Amino acid sequence: MSTKSKSIETKTDFNQDERLKKVSKLKLLLNRPELGALGGAILVFIFFGIVAGDTGMFSAYGVLNFLDVSANLGIIAIAAAMLMIGGEFDLSIGSMIGFAGICIAIPAIYWGWPLWMSIIFAFSMAVLVGYFNGILVVRTGLPSFIVTLAMLFILRGATLAITRLITGRTQVPGLRVLIEDDPLAWIFATDTFKWVFTWLGSMNLIALRTDGTPLATGIPPSVIWFIALAIITTWILMKTRYGNWIFASGGDKNGANNVGVPVGRVKISLFIGTAVAATIFATIQVLDAGSADTMRGTLKELEAIAAAVVGGCLLTGGYGSAIGAAFGALIFGTVSMGIFYTDVDTDWFKVFLGAMMLIAVIFNNYIRRKVTESK
Amino acid sequence: MSDYLVQFNNISKFFGKVIALKDVTMKLKKGEIMCLLGDNGAGKSTLIKTLAGVHRPDEGEIIVEGKKTIFDSPKDALDMGIATVYQDLALVSLMSVTRNFFMGREPMKGPPFFKTFDIDKANKIAAERMGQIGIDVRDPSQAVGTMSGGERQCLAISRAIYFGAKVLVLDEPTSALGVHQASVVLKYIVKAASQGLAVILITHNVHHAYPVGNSFTVLNRGKSLGTYEKKDISREKLLSMMAGGEELNKLEVELQEMNRSSAN
Repeated sequence: MSTKSKSIETKTDFNQDERLKKVSKLKLLLNRPELGALGGAILVFIFFGIVAGDTGMFSAYGVLNFLDVSANLGIIAIAAAMLMIGGEFDLSIGSMIGFAGICIAIPAIYWGWPLWMSIIFAFSMAVLVGYFNGILVVRTGLPSFIVTLAMLFILRGATLAITRLITGRTQVPGLRVLIEDDPLAWIFATDTFKWVFTWLGSMNLIALRTDGTPLATGIPPSVIWFIALAIITTWILMKTRYGNWIFASGGDKNGANNVGVPVGRVKISLFIGTAVAATIFATIQVLDAGSADTMRGTLKELEAIAAAVVGGCLLTGGYGSAIGAAFGALIFGTVSMGIFYTDVDTDWFKVFLGAMMLIAVIFNNYIRRKVTESK
Repeated sequence: MSDYLVQFNNISKFFGKVIALKDVTMKLKKGEIMCLLGDNGAGKSTLIKTLAGVHRPDEGEIIVEGKKTIFDSPKDALDMGIATVYQDLALVSLMSVTRNFFMGREPMKGPPFFKTFDIDKANKIAAERMGQIGIDVRDPSQAVGTMSGGERQCLAISRAIYFGAKVLVLDEPTSALGVHQASVVLKYIVKAASQGLAVILITHNVHHAYPVGNSFTVLNRGKSLGTYEKKDISREKLLSMMAGGEELNKLEVELQEMNRSSAN
């Protein structure tokens, strides 16, 4: 009897479909994980627009400056977000940045390798480190927090020890001269859309140096990488089979396994993803600075995770978005640069970062409860 | 030739010295619902895992559509059309109905190397399939977490059927549900059977099993106490056959005595 009334209920629901659809679309938007980060980013821009609108923060040079910082963080935050959605952490991202930098610099400077070969070598090492992290987590079933924490120390220590052993110091300078004419390095070291800025400069629309060239010379490579990665990863998550597997692996490992999702392979590939992203970050920075530093990337793993969490990722996995992490990185990058244009002491940045993350976690937790609660 | 869809003959399974299953025989025809009843520790879990291909039986044979087969893995069982819906349902509550429905078996579109998850088609199929069982998912992109327990159970069963199950093995599908929800699920199970599936319904709840089952196998301490057609056995007899039956009677007597003594 009761089942009969159920089917009648659903019939009447059908008649109201038109009205219900509208409601559910709004709800759909509210349920998107990146909504909080998008709102946060808008608030940050409004805030600095009011407080620092006339200080040069929003000049071409200023914008590129905070975009560059955001983009660098964004590259690793996106990869960290993908891994978090897949249900794991990677605390070795920061150490991987230092390690990758050394993997480029030492072969190029001390062993006489061409730069492109050193870069390929660094990426190969990243794949190895990521694979090792992944296989260790998948095979042992240990929490990735512990496994990658160990890797954080191992990689940083090895970076320091190897560098000092070979070079006798902790920094490797002298890379800048090698960038020219290298067939690979330009991908990580070229400012793009220079003509736009030259044109804008010739029209006197943006600030010029004393020699007449524009102060902002072009879009830095980090920004291009950042935007490309954000688009590709969002497409992967929303539109591909692999994307569905990432959500499934993070949401319920056993359930996903039972219906044939290769959870182990998915997780390993995501660990490789974070290590490779760290290496992209490192390559851009090393080529930009012209030197590698063993301490580069310290604490970056935590900033990346913070940006991912602000972007809507749950610490328990199975929920989040890559574009959200991109917005999270944009918030942190904008505030860390924008604070220079205000009267606020820059020491307060970390306070902001922590508070932002705390708000995000509380907000995400609320969203998760809403998404998973029964009717 | 037998007209059985699937036969499990004299299945035994040992773990070291422990006899988990001994000579369990079950035969199912198309459209038949066999209820496997047993108390906790009766060997139900071991039997399910043997049916699903997780365990390999140490003795006995499995015959699917007249052919003797051996399951080396859960995938083998699945390929033969034997789909097991476990108690955890293999659903991810944070993911949408559609993404759950096609989890691991996503429909694809587009040219080779650029294939994408055909989410529109998936949404359509998922909504259609859920609609057929009378669950109106207004929005197939809503999270499974918003569904009731009964709806989730139906989703998991519907998914197994959509992906070609001929024999459904259901592990305690009603144990976590209220009366109304349980009846919705049971009704759906009957409907599935009427469409030609064979269903093995594992439960410890005789009241849920009796109305829907065609035959009943009672398992006790790893051994089958026999299989009975519905006309040959009453609900009360089934109850008392399960290990709990006798004990419940004893409990009733004890409680009466306690009442009497407290009344005095």
